[in-house]
Amino acid sequence: MPDAPGTVTITINGVDHDVDDGLRLIVAAERVGEIIPRFCHHEKLEPVGKCRMCLVEVEGPRGKALVPSCTLPVSDGMVVDTESAVVTKAQEGVLEFLLINHPLDCPICDKGGECPLQDQTMAWGPGESRFVEEKRTFPKPIHVSDIVLLDRERCVLCDRCTRAADDIAGDPLLVFQDRGNHVQIQTFPDEPFSSYFSGNTVQLCPVGALTSVDYRFKARPWDLEHTTSVSLVDTVHSTVDVQTSRGAIIRVYGVENDAVNEGWLSDKDRFLFSAVHSDERTVTPMTRDDDGFSETSWGWALDEISAKLGSYLPSEVGAIGGANNTNEEAFTLGMFMRTVVGSPHIDAQLGDGLDPHFAAAVTPRAAITDIDDASTILLWGPDLKETHPVLYLRVRSAVRKGATLVVASPAGTGLDSIAEHVVRYRAGSGADMLRKVAAGDGDMASVRSALDDGPVVAVVGRSSLAEDPRLAEAVAAFSRDLPGATLMPLLGRGNVFGALDMGLDPTLLPGRVSVADDAAAAAFESAIGHLPADPGRSTMEMLRAVADGEMKVLILVGADPVRDCPDPELAERALSAAEFVVAVDAFMTDSSRYADILLPGAVWGEVDGTVTNLEGRVQRVRPSIPPRGRSRPLNAILDDLAVRMGVELGAAKTGDITVRISETAPAYAGITRDHLEFEVGDDGVIAPLAGVEQPLAHIPVEVSVPVVTDRMTLHLARSLYDDGVWNRHAVTIADLVRDPLVRIHPRDASALAVSDGATVMVAGRYELSVVVDADVAIGSVVVPFNHAETRGMAATSSVTVEPIRSPR
Amino acid sequence: MTQRILTSRMEDHPDDSHTLSRYRATGGYDVLAHALAKLTPEQVVDEVKASNMRGRGGAGFPTGVKWGFLAPAEPRYLVVNADESEPGTFKDRQLLERDPHQLIEGIALSSYALGVDRAFVYVRGEYAKPARRVQRAIDEAYEAGYLGDDILGSGFSVDVSVHLGGGAYICGEETALLNSLEGKRGEPRLKPPFPAVEGLYAKPTIVNNVESISNVPWIVANGGATYGAIGPERSSGTRLFSLSGHLERPGNYEIVMGITWEELIYEIGGGIRDGNRLKTWIPGGASAPWLVPSEHLSTLVTIDDVAQYGSMLGSGAVVVMDHTTDVVAAAHSIVRFFAHESCGQCTPCREGTSWLEDVLARIMTGGGRPDDIDLLLDVSDNISPGLTWPPAMTTICPLGPSATAPITSIMKYFRDEVEAMIPEVAHA
Repeated sequence: MPDAPGTVTITINGVDHDVDDGLRLIVAAERVGEIIPRFCHHEKLEPVGKCRMCLVEVEGPRGKALVPSCTLPVSDGMVVDTESAVVTKAQEGVLEFLLINHPLDCPICDKGGECPLQDQTMAWGPGESRFVEEKRTFPKPIHVSDIVLLDRERCVLCDRCTRAADDIAGDPLLVFQDRGNHVQIQTFPDEPFSSYFSGNTVQLCPVGALTSVDYRFKARPWDLEHTTSVSLVDTVHSTVDVQTSRGAIIRVYGVENDAVNEGWLSDKDRFLFSAVHSDERTVTPMTRDDDGFSETSWGWALDEISAKLGSYLPSEVGAIGGANNTNEEAFTLGMFMRTVVGSPHIDAQLGDGLDPHFAAAVTPRAAITDIDDASTILLWGPDLKETHPVLYLRVRSAVRKGATLVVASPAGTGLDSIAEHVVRYRAGSGADMLRKVAAGDGDMASVRSALDDGPVVAVVGRSSLAEDPRLAEAVAAFSRDLPGATLMPLLGRGNVFGALDMGLDPTLLPGRVSVADDAAAAAFESAIGHLPADPGRSTMEMLRAVADGEMKVLILVGADPVRDCPDPELAERALSAAEFVVAVDAFMTDSSRYADILLPGAVWGEVDGTVTNLEGRVQRVRPSIPPRGRSRPLNAILDDLAVRMGVELGAAKTGDITVRISETAPAYAGITRDHLEFEVGDDGVIAPLAGVEQPLAHIPVEVSVPVVTDRMTLHLARSLYDDGVWNRHAVTIADLVRDPLVRIHPRDASALAVSDGATVMVAGRYELSVVVDADVAIGSVVVPFNHAETRGMAATSSVTVEPIRSPR
Repeated sequence: MTQRILTSRMEDHPDDSHTLSRYRATGGYDVLAHALAKLTPEQVVDEVKASNMRGRGGAGFPTGVKWGFLAPAEPRYLVVNADESEPGTFKDRQLLERDPHQLIEGIALSSYALGVDRAFVYVRGEYAKPARRVQRAIDEAYEAGYLGDDILGSGFSVDVSVHLGGGAYICGEETALLNSLEGKRGEPRLKPPFPAVEGLYAKPTIVNNVESISNVPWIVANGGATYGAIGPERSSGTRLFSLSGHLERPGNYEIVMGITWEELIYEIGGGIRDGNRLKTWIPGGASAPWLVPSEHLSTLVTIDDVAQYGSMLGSGAVVVMDHTTDVVAAAHSIVRFFAHESCGQCTPCREGTSWLEDVLARIMTGGGRPDDIDLLLDVSDNISPGLTWPPAMTTICPLGPSATAPITSIMKYFRDEVEAMIPEVAHA
C-alpha cells in the first residue's frame, strides 16, 4: 500500500510508483517520467480516447488488455506495461494509420520542427509505411475564421480544437462533418469560427492542420527565440511565451500558469503584438509647430520640456496615465511628479475606473484561484468576455465544475447562458436592484439564497462607463458580508493595478498607502523625497482645471483621454486650453496629437520590469526586442529629464527601481527579482508577501448611490475589439473591429416604432443601427464604447434615442 | 424445431396483424392488464431473469442481468434499439411492421418492471414503413389507454416516442444510438460508464433490441421458466433467423435454437439454389467470422457453440454463399460496408478499414502484390490484435474489428483463391 494518503501505488514496466489518486494513467505516468505517446490527450481537456496512440497493456481480471491510458483512472495495484511487444505493435500501427493519409508536407508546414506527429513518429513510429494507395486529398487550407486556417489533409482528428472551442471557450463552432475516412473538421455554413479564443486551437493542434494567418510561413521553430513574459492586454496578465525571429516578435503562445491563465489566451492577448511593429508607430521624438509635427532629437526635446516645466508652478502641472507601463516606470513617474516637478496631480485612471482605494486595497481580496473553489460567484460589472476574456474562461470552468454563477448587468453578457441567475437592471438603477438582491425581495429571493452558499467570490467592476463608480463600492459592501466572501475588483487597462500600487493616484503613495497616512508619508519622504503639501487632482479634476485655466501643463503617459475619459469634449477643451502638453506614447492618438512634444515610449515586448494584475500578483515582463527606433522606456526618459531639472532619480536602470520598490513600497516589501526569476510554469507572487503588512486595507462600506430616473439610460459598454489605438494597428485584430450597433429592448423599440436594422439618432449626434435585444433591460440603451462611429460620445447617465424618419 | 412465440399472429393473420383490433382479438394487452393489477415490478423483472433470454441484438447478453445493472437514479429511460442495419438482418423489420403492438406491450411491461416513465423506439432511418406502423400503433395504444398517463387505472404511466435515425449503421451500437438520440453525432461512447449507469442524458438507461422486448409479453404471460425451458439451456427461447443468400427459401424463420446448421440451411432454408454446392456461410451478420461446411455443418446453432468455433450467432442473420461465390469480392463488399459505416472517431477504424478496402479492391482488379496477404492480416491485427473472436480491439467499439472478420475468414479457408488473384504469387 502507498505511504501517503491520497496516493495509490501503480507498477509501470516492473517499477512501483506512488502517484496521486484520481489521475488518469497517462498523466500519472508522465509525472513519474514515463512518457506515453498521445495526440488527443490534453490535460486541460476532457479525455476522449480517440487517437488510440496511448494504448498500453494493463493487467485485469481476464489477463492483460490494451486500454487507452488517457481515459483510465489509476487505481491501487494497477500493473501497466508501456513497452510490451503488443503495446509497441499497437502504437506503431496507430502511427502508421495516422500517416497513411497525412500529406507529409513537413518541409512547408509551419508545425515542422515542433510537431508532435513528427516527434512521436521518430520515437514510437514504424520505420516505413506499407501504404501504396492514393492518399486522401482536400483543397489546401480553408479559412475557418478571419484568423485561423485549416488544412484538412494534415488533420489527425484528435478533437482538441473542437473540445477547446466547445468546452473551454463555449463557442461550439468547430464540428466534425461526414464520417469514416471522410471525417473532417468544419464550420457551419455562414458561421465562421469567430471566437475570442480561436488562437488557442492553433496552439493546441498536434499537427499543422490549424495555422494562424499572421504566423503562416513566417518562421521555422528552431529559428525562434523564446521569452517568458506576461500579456498586458488586460489586467489578468496571462503568462505568455513571446517568440521572436530576426528582431521581430512573430508569435505569442500561452504558457500554462495554473494560477493565472492555465495556458489559455484570448485572441487579443495572442495577436495584438503586431501593433508593436506597426509602421504607424511614433519612433522618434516629435515637436509640433504651426505646420504640424516634425522630428526632433531627444536632447532638444528633453531640454525643452525641462525648461518649460521649470517655468510653471508645480501645481499647474499634472500627469495622466501610466497604466500601460511597468511598475518600475510607474514608480519613476510618481517620483518624478511628486519630488522633481513637485506636483500632487497624478492619476493613472481616466475617470473611467473605480475608487482607487477600493481597486488597490479592497479587503478581503480574491485571488484568481479562489474562483476555482467558490461555491458561488457573483459577477456585478462589465461583460467579462469582452473585458477580461481569460477570466471569463476561469469562471466558465468553475461553473462547469459546479459553482453557481450570478450575473448582474443591464444587458446580456457572455456568461448569462451558464449563469444560474441573471439579474437584469435598468442602467442607472443598480442601487435599487442591489437593495432588492440584498433583501431577497420577490424574484430576488432565490438569488439571495444562492449568494448565501459560500465561499463566495464577488467580481465587481463598473459595468459601463456611464455607471456611477460608487455602485461597485456598494456591491462590494454587500458582498463582503456573504459567507466566505472574497472580492475581486475589475479594472481594464493593462497594468492599472500596478500603477495604483506605485502611487499613480492623487490619494495613493507607492505600496498601497493612503496619502492621508502620515507615518507612511513620512517614510516615503525620508526614502524618496519631499511630498507636495496640496491635495492632488484626479484626471477629471485635472481636465476641468486645465480647461478653466487653473492648470497649464499636462503630461500624457500612454493616455488618450479624448478617447477614454467619460467626457471626451472636456478632454478636448482641456488639451486645447493647455499651454504645454507632453505626450509619451507609441502612437499618434486623438489626445497625443495635441502634444507640443511627443516622446516615443518603449512598449510591451521592449520593456523590462514587473507588473501587477487584478489579484495583486506581481509578475515579470521581459523584453524580447530592443525598443523600436529611438523609443525609450519611461523610466529612462524621466531619469534624464530629472537630471536636467537638477535631481538624480537613479531610475535609469529598471533593476535598481525594482529593488527600490521592494524597499520603499510597503505592500511590495521583500518582492525582489529572485521571486520573479521564474521559469516556465512558475507564477509570480501575490503582494503583499506572507507576513508583510499592507498599510491600506479598504473595507467597502455602504454608500448611497443615486438612481437615474430618466426615460432612457445609457449603458456605454466596452467590447474586446473596439476602435482602440492598439487594435487599430494590429493587423490581425484590426479586421475584427465591427460596426457598433445600438441595442434596445423590444418594448422600447416598439415605443420608438423601430425594428432591427433601423437607424436611430443617439444623443442627438450619433446615427447608429438598431438591434432589438430582449436581453437589454427595459429603458436602457446599450452602446459600444470607443468605436469610430461613437467617438466623442459622453458617458452621461441618460441619453436620447430618436428614430430617423425618412422625409415624406 | 420451430415454435411460434413472436410470429404466430402475423402468420395467422397476415392482413391485419399490425392493428390494435387484431392484437386485442388475439389476447393482446391482457398480460399488461394482469401485470399492472397483480404483479409488482420486481416480479416482472424476476420472470425476465428466469427466462434466461439472451439479448437478440447481437451481443447475446442476458436481458434480465442487464436489467439488474440499472442504477437507481431518476429519471431512467428505456430505449428500444430498432436501428436494424447489420447486413443480412431483417427480422426486427418484420416485428415492427407486422406486430408493433407486441413490441408496445413489451415496452409497457418492461417500463413498469424497470420503473421507467419515458421510453424511446429508435428506428433505422431507412425503415420508413415500419416506423409509420409503430407510430400508428403507439397512437392507437395511447387512445386505448395502454400508454400515457395512468395506464388502465393502475397509476403507472409511460410515454413512448419514435425517433427515426439518419441512416448510420453505427447508431445500432447502443451508445452511438444514445448520442444520436440526444441530437449528437452518432459516435460510440467510451465505456465505462455503461448505459445502465449513465445512458441517455447521462441517466440510467436500458437499451434492448426489438426482438428482446417483443418476447417480454409472452414471457410474463407464460412465465420465465416456461420460456427458459424452450431450447438449449444457455440459448433458451425461440429466435428469429434471417436467412439470405444462395438459398432456395430465404426469409425470416422463428426457430428454437439447438438444431444443426445442416438442418437450418437445408431443411428450413430449402437448401442451396439451383442445386449448387454450399461454399461458406456467415452465421450471425456481416460482423461474424465465416463458417464452412467441412468443419461446421453438423455443429449446433446455439450462441455458445458458434462462439466455440470462433464466430458468433450475432443478430441471427445467416448469409449463405454457394460455390460460385468469389470470396474476395464478398469480403471486399463487407469491408467496404464497414469502411463506409465507420464513424471515423478513432484512428485504427477510420484509417484501417478503408485501407483494407483499398487493398482488396486492388487485388480484385489484378493489382495485388506478393506482400498483400500479409499486409491485410497485419493491418487487421493492428485493428484487432491477435485476430481472435470475440475480438481484442485497438478501437473504441467493435465496428473496426468487424471489418477484419471477412479477411481472416477468407485467409483461413480460401487463401488459395486469394493467392490465385495475385499475379506474382499465382505464377510463382
